[in-house]
Amino acid sequence: MKRVDMNTVPDANGHFGVYGGRYVAETLMPALIEVEKAYRAAQADPAFEAEFRGLLKHYVGRPSPLYFAPRLTEAFGGATIYLKREDLNHTGAHKVNNTLGQAILARRMGKKKLMAETGAGQHGVATATVAARFGMECDVYMGEEDIRRQAPNVKRMKLLGARVIPVTSGTKTLKDAMSEALREWVAAVDTTFYVIGTVAGPHPYPVMVRDFQSVIGIETREQFIEAESRLPDLVVACVGGGSNAAGMFYPFLKDVGVKLVGVEAAGHGIATGQHAASIEAGRAGILHGSKSYVLQDAEGQILNAHSISAGLDYPGVGPEHALWADLKRVEYSGITDAEAVAAFHELALLEGIIPALESSHALAEARKRARSVGKGGAIVVCLSGRGDKDLESVLEYDARVKS
Amino acid sequence: MSRIEEAFKRLSKGNRKALVGFLVAGDPDMERSERDCRTALENGVDVLELGVPFSDPTADGPVIQAAGQRSLAAGTTVSKVLALAKRLRRDFETPIVLFGYVNPFFNYGYEKLAQDAAAAGVDAFLVVDLPFEESGEFRVHLDKVGLDFVSLIAPTTPDARLGTLLREARGFVYYIMVKGVTGARAEVAEDVAGHLARLKMHTRLPVAAGFGVSNGIQAREAARHADGVVVGSALVKAAGEGRLVALITEIRQALDTEEK
Repeated sequence: MKRVDMNTVPDANGHFGVYGGRYVAETLMPALIEVEKAYRAAQADPAFEAEFRGLLKHYVGRPSPLYFAPRLTEAFGGATIYLKREDLNHTGAHKVNNTLGQAILARRMGKKKLMAETGAGQHGVATATVAARFGMECDVYMGEEDIRRQAPNVKRMKLLGARVIPVTSGTKTLKDAMSEALREWVAAVDTTFYVIGTVAGPHPYPVMVRDFQSVIGIETREQFIEAESRLPDLVVACVGGGSNAAGMFYPFLKDVGVKLVGVEAAGHGIATGQHAASIEAGRAGILHGSKSYVLQDAEGQILNAHSISAGLDYPGVGPEHALWADLKRVEYSGITDAEAVAAFHELALLEGIIPALESSHALAEARKRARSVGKGGAIVVCLSGRGDKDLESVLEYDARVKS
Repeated sequence: MSRIEEAFKRLSKGNRKALVGFLVAGDPDMERSERDCRTALENGVDVLELGVPFSDPTADGPVIQAAGQRSLAAGTTVSKVLALAKRLRRDFETPIVLFGYVNPFFNYGYEKLAQDAAAAGVDAFLVVDLPFEESGEFRVHLDKVGLDFVSLIAPTTPDARLGTLLREARGFVYYIMVKGVTGARAEVAEDVAGHLARLKMHTRLPVAAGFGVSNGIQAREAARHADGVVVGSALVKAAGEGRLVALITEIRQALDTEEK
């Protein structure tokens, strides 16, 4: 394989090495090219940057704290544990960093309507929120199964004025919601801006979402240096599509001494086939507009993912993660449903913080690695969201396990 | 001369329009699918588009989505579609285009796929989610074995882009008439004439117009400014309801009837 420089990707057509690109119907190509041009122009415009930074500060509540977790540190019995508190953002997760950026861009492009796909509902809520803030219409596509699993977020989106459109095809989860959103976008491409919630999808979404989410890693790096006068040994983040991880890792890529670990959902265990570990158990393929690691059968048909966490329940992953995995700059591992639920309870009991099930995967991984990093070392966990939305899922899970 | 070129040339000499018919291979199973394909070929389909099913067809409406699911449930694979094409090729000289999404093709391997398809008597590929910028890798292998990669043009394709896309076009050009997914529409999209005229300025290849054509009246309307018309969802639906011959006959007659 040709050696790829991590710091200069993607290329002009959105390729991260062999990954990424734009695998969409011709009908959408001009729209993607238009979004890319608008994004590049916005990046070069100080007014865009100023508005984005201003709203991140005053509307989202950034910078989010980097919190030293004393009791968690003690329980893990090794490295010092810090939590990057994305759960404290307005709307309760990191998703809003990105939706805000894309909404400002959509307004610059003269679009009056936003559309989004959502799994856990966090991205849907974050999109509905910025749509309300900018006086735009908003349609959110959500699988019926996720509507059931994430009922509070559905109510929230409706309260914010969005239309929640149930998707009944396939597994009725995030994968199908994204397919349906792409179908609908084809029909509405003149008037509607598609706000993709993760670093997947066709170019320029993977790079654009990474850039908007990079505020997580930039702040973390500064805050950690401020607190410890050095860099952390290990940074851990969960990976579904991979947006919080991409935003957290990207600013640390050049810090070769900082180990980066992305945590995929191992569901019932990789061996059972019921998981969402695209990097660990998938292979290169094309899904939803880009080439990356994909869970697929021998014939190239996409497999259904499984995770207790709706936000990780996706058979693909962002193309830049695929590159980072190949280059071994980031290590990817898997955490099961059971391990994630245990971490969920542990953080609630020890620190009084109820984490999202997605983020609980990262916590569980940090627990496993705390001893090997050792006392005197430090681990940063990206606490990508809060867990209020997951109470039902966790209680259901606990009841099932006990019975 | 390729079968596709020959087919369009023959039709245009007779002042006729091509009926490009789409069926999902293996829907509802391979045996019935083969029977439907033969019926289509015997009753006036000039180019057969064989749909290769994919689990996540992001450009298809409900009819073709459901057909693809039935086909996958019956165990259809790329190899089995190639075998079907080969059996059809023994008895028909009609051009066969494999129509699908990129992942099953990428998974099969572009080089091997091009070779196996050529050996099976396939004439071209049409890959919905493989736009010009990403298709080079596959086109190289298709070129080597003399297969065409059919270019899709949309109403959203700007003029500046048309030239680039059409310079590399082979076989025929597929004009997507509507902004949206496959499936029947109440009326043929607006300004098809304008878009087709725009297209014709950039290519001498025959142009087939598709998406949303479900009956004879719409077919004639769409074909007025094109060299042929693509009928997909309506054909898939008719096959399921045992009306395949009736629909093909209706469309064939509409296309062949002189406008007064």
